[in-house]
Amino acid sequence: MSYHAVPAPGQKNYLNNGYGLMSWLLTKDHKRIALLYLLSITFFFILGGIMAILIRYELLTPAGDLLQSETYNKVFTMHGILMVFFFLIPSIPAVLGNFLIPIMVGAKDLAFPRINLLSWYIYVVGGGFTLWAIVTGGVDTGWTFYTPYSTVYSNTKVMAAALGIFISGFSSILTGLNFIVTIHRMRAPGLTWSRLPLFVWAHYATSLIMILGTPVIAITILLVGAERAFGLGIFDPKLGGDPVLFQHLFWFYSHPAVYIMILPGMGVISEIIACFSRKNIFGYNFVAASSIAIAVLGFLVWGHHMFTTSQSVYAGMAFSIITFLVGIPSAIKTFNWASTMYKGSVSFETPMLYALGFLGLFTIGGLTGLFLATLGFDIHVHDTYFIVAHFHYIMVGGAMMSYLGGLHFWWPKISGKMYPEAWARMSAILVFAGFNLTFFPQFILGYLGMPRRYHAYPPEFQVLNVLSTAGASILALGYLLPGFYLLWSLKYGPDAPKNPFGARGLEWQIDSPPITENFTVTPVVDDDTFDYSLPEKEVAVVR
Amino acid sequence: MSASNKTLPLFPEQASTNAAMVDELYFFLLALAAFFTLLVAAMVVVFAVKYRRRSPDDRPPRIHGNLQLELVWTVIPLLLSLVTFYWGAKVYFELSRPPDNTMDIWIVGKQWMWKAQHLEGVREINELHVPVGRPIRLTLATEDVIHSFYVPAFRVKMDVVPGRYTTMWFEATKPGRYHLFCAEYCGTKHSGMRGEIVVMEPADYQEWLAGGPKGDLASQGEKLFTELACVTCHQAGPTQRGPALAGLAGKPVQLAGGGSAVADDNYLRESILNPTARVKAGYDPIMPVFQGLVTEEALQALITYIKALPVTPDNVVAPAAAPAAPAAESKGH
Repeated sequence: MSYHAVPAPGQKNYLNNGYGLMSWLLTKDHKRIALLYLLSITFFFILGGIMAILIRYELLTPAGDLLQSETYNKVFTMHGILMVFFFLIPSIPAVLGNFLIPIMVGAKDLAFPRINLLSWYIYVVGGGFTLWAIVTGGVDTGWTFYTPYSTVYSNTKVMAAALGIFISGFSSILTGLNFIVTIHRMRAPGLTWSRLPLFVWAHYATSLIMILGTPVIAITILLVGAERAFGLGIFDPKLGGDPVLFQHLFWFYSHPAVYIMILPGMGVISEIIACFSRKNIFGYNFVAASSIAIAVLGFLVWGHHMFTTSQSVYAGMAFSIITFLVGIPSAIKTFNWASTMYKGSVSFETPMLYALGFLGLFTIGGLTGLFLATLGFDIHVHDTYFIVAHFHYIMVGGAMMSYLGGLHFWWPKISGKMYPEAWARMSAILVFAGFNLTFFPQFILGYLGMPRRYHAYPPEFQVLNVLSTAGASILALGYLLPGFYLLWSLKYGPDAPKNPFGARGLEWQIDSPPITENFTVTPVVDDDTFDYSLPEKEVAVVR
Repeated sequence: MSASNKTLPLFPEQASTNAAMVDELYFFLLALAAFFTLLVAAMVVVFAVKYRRRSPDDRPPRIHGNLQLELVWTVIPLLLSLVTFYWGAKVYFELSRPPDNTMDIWIVGKQWMWKAQHLEGVREINELHVPVGRPIRLTLATEDVIHSFYVPAFRVKMDVVPGRYTTMWFEATKPGRYHLFCAEYCGTKHSGMRGEIVVMEPADYQEWLAGGPKGDLASQGEKLFTELACVTCHQAGPTQRGPALAGLAGKPVQLAGGGSAVADDNYLRESILNPTARVKAGYDPIMPVFQGLVTEEALQALITYIKALPVTPDNVVAPAAAPAAPAAESKGH
C-alpha cells in the first residue's frame, strides 16, 4: 500500500462511523472528543477575540469614549479569563494532544476513554458557568482576581466566573492524568522514551504541570469563595488576612500555567520543523529534557510577579535568578530548532511558515521575559504595557502560532481533506504581520509608562495605540481566514493522502482520516520509523 | 511630558537619579535582546535560503546533534544571565534602600485618588509637590484595595498593600510636572487614579509650603493623641498602664511571650490598630482595638507625633512592672 494513496471512497473511518448527535455526545473515541474540544475552544476563542477587538477600539483614542469604564473593565477581564482558561490551556493538549497522542504512541485510544469524555463535559460545564457570569452582568476583577478587590470590593459576578474556572480545572487535571498514564503504559513495542516524538515529550511535561499545579488554583478559588461568602479572614487584612498571600497562591499555579500554554506548542514546532526540513530534530535529547526542565523550574518562579509588592529584597533575588534559569532550556530549544534546518531540505508550506514565525516571536517573547526577570528593570515596567506585550508574544506569538501551525499540519489527518495552500500561506503571513504591528508598539508604550488595564490614557500615548489597534485589525483578518477556508476544505478540499508532507511518525502511516481503532494491528517501532534520512517505510506489526 | 499627541515618543523623560541607572540597564538588555534576536533570525534566514528544497527527492543526511554546540548555547546564555541578574539586583538594591537623609512624606491611596500628607501639615490630592535634589521617602498606605504608586519619569513603582505600610524613595533631578499613575488595577475608575508630581526648586517649594495651613502633622497627631485618650495610659503618671512612647520609634522592643520586634512604622501601626498582636514585655494586653476607628490619615498623624516626641526624663520613666530596656540595645535601625 502506498503512502500517497487516498483511502477508497466509502471506506470506514472515525468520521463516518456514526452520524447521529449521540454518536458524538456519547463517543469514547479520542479523535471525536478532540473535535468536540475543537468546536468548543473555537467558540470561546471567538468570544475572547470579540472582547480583544472591543479593547483595541476603545484604546484608539485617549478618552474613554467607546465603552464606559465599568464595561471596559469587564471586557478585559472576560478577554483574559476566556483566552487563558477556556482557550489557551485546553487548546493544543485537548485538541491536537487528544487526537494525536494515542496514535503517536501506537495505541487505539487514551488509557481512560470515558474519563476523556468526562473531562470534556466538565470543561463545558465550567465554560457554562463562566458564560452565565458574563450574561448576568460580567466580572470586573481582571483574570488575576487580586484580593481584597475580588473578595470584598467588587460587586460583580466574581463567584460564578471563579466557579467556572474551578470546574474547568478538573478537566485539565483529568486530561493530564490520561496523558501520563497513556504515555507510560500504552506505548507500542519498541517505542522507547528516547524514540518518543517530541510532541509527546512536551505533552508529558505539560501533564505534570496540569496535575501538580491545577489543584492549587482550585484551593485558592475555594478560599476566595470562603472569604466572599462567609467573611472568613484569609486575604482581607481587616479580617486578619493577607492580600499578598493570594498572589502567592494564584501565581503558584498561574505561572506554571504559562508553561501549560507554551510547552505543547514547543512540541508542535519540533514536529513541524523536522518535517519541513526533512531532518530529525537537532539535539533530540536536549530538546526533550528541556521540556521537563521547564516544567520543574516553572514551579519555582512565581514570586517574579510580585517584585513590587514589598516582598523582601532577598526573596526577590531568589525568584529573579530562578527565572533566568528557566530561560536557559527555552534558549536551548530555540537554537536546536534553528540548527535542525542546517543541511536540511527546507520547504515552506503553511505549517512551516507558522513555525518560522513562532521562532521569531517566541525569541522576542522569551528575551523580553529576561528583561522582566531583571529586578531593577521590572520595577519600572511591572503592570505596564511592556508586560502585556511580553506575554502576548509568548501566548499569541508562541502558543497561538504553534496551535495554528499544528492545526494546518495535522488538518489532512484530522479531516481527511487538504486545505487550500495559497490562502493558508496568506493568512499565516497576515497573522505574523498583524501580530507584530499589534504588540511591538506595546513594548514601547510600556517603557514610556502606560499602565495596563487603563480605559483612558494621556494623549502622548495615542500614536502607538493607534498602531496597535491597526495591527489588531489585520490580526483579526488573519484569524478569520482559516475559519473560512478550513470549513470550505471539508466539502471542497481534495482528499488527503496518508502522508501529504512526507513526515515521519506513526500518525502518518495510517489513513487520513484514521479508522476508529487507529490501527488494525499493533505497530512495532524501531529507530528507522522516525528517521528522515531514510526512505519512508512501513512499520513492522505484531499480529 | 508636554509631548503633543501627534508625535511618536520612544523614550520616557529622565527626571530622577534612579532613572539614568534603570535606563543603562535597559540599553544593555536591548543590546542583548537585539543580538540574540538577530542571531536566531540570521540562522533561520540563512538556513532557509541555503538549504531550501531543490528537488522533491532531496534526502539530507541525518545529523543527531553536537554536544559542543549544546554546551556553547547553554553556557553562554547562562553566563550572560548571571551578569544580567547581578546588574538587575544591584539596581534593585539602590531602588529599595533609601539614603539616610530623606525627607518623609505620607501617601494614602483610596479608590480612586492619591492623598499626600506633608510633615509640615500641608495636604494635597492627586498632586505631590517635592523639592528638586532632595531624596524623598514616601510611606504608602491604602484605605481599601491594592494600588500602586508609579512615576514613569522616575522609574519607580511600589504597591500600596492593605494592612501595612510600604515605602519607596526617589530624588528628582529636574523641576517640572510628571505623571503619577496607579499601576495596580483597583476597580471602576482605575485609569482615573492619576495625578502629577510637581518638582520645584527648593526655594519655590518652601514658598509653596508656607502657603499651607498652620500646624504641622505632629501637632495634629498630638491633638488626636488626646482626643482618642491615648494620653491616659501612655503618659507618665498615676494612670500610666502602657509603655512610654518617647524615643521608642526605630528601637527594638522585647515582646511578651519572647522574641523582639523593631518599633518601625509597621509595628507602631499594628500596635494602634490591633494592639494585642505584639505586646511589649511587661505590659498587659489591655489596650482596646482601634481597627476601623482611626482613618489612615489619622494614623499617619499619630505615628508622626509618636516619632517626634522629645525624650525628656519624665516621659521615659517606665512603670516598676516593666523591665528597663537596656540602653545598649538601642542600636540604630
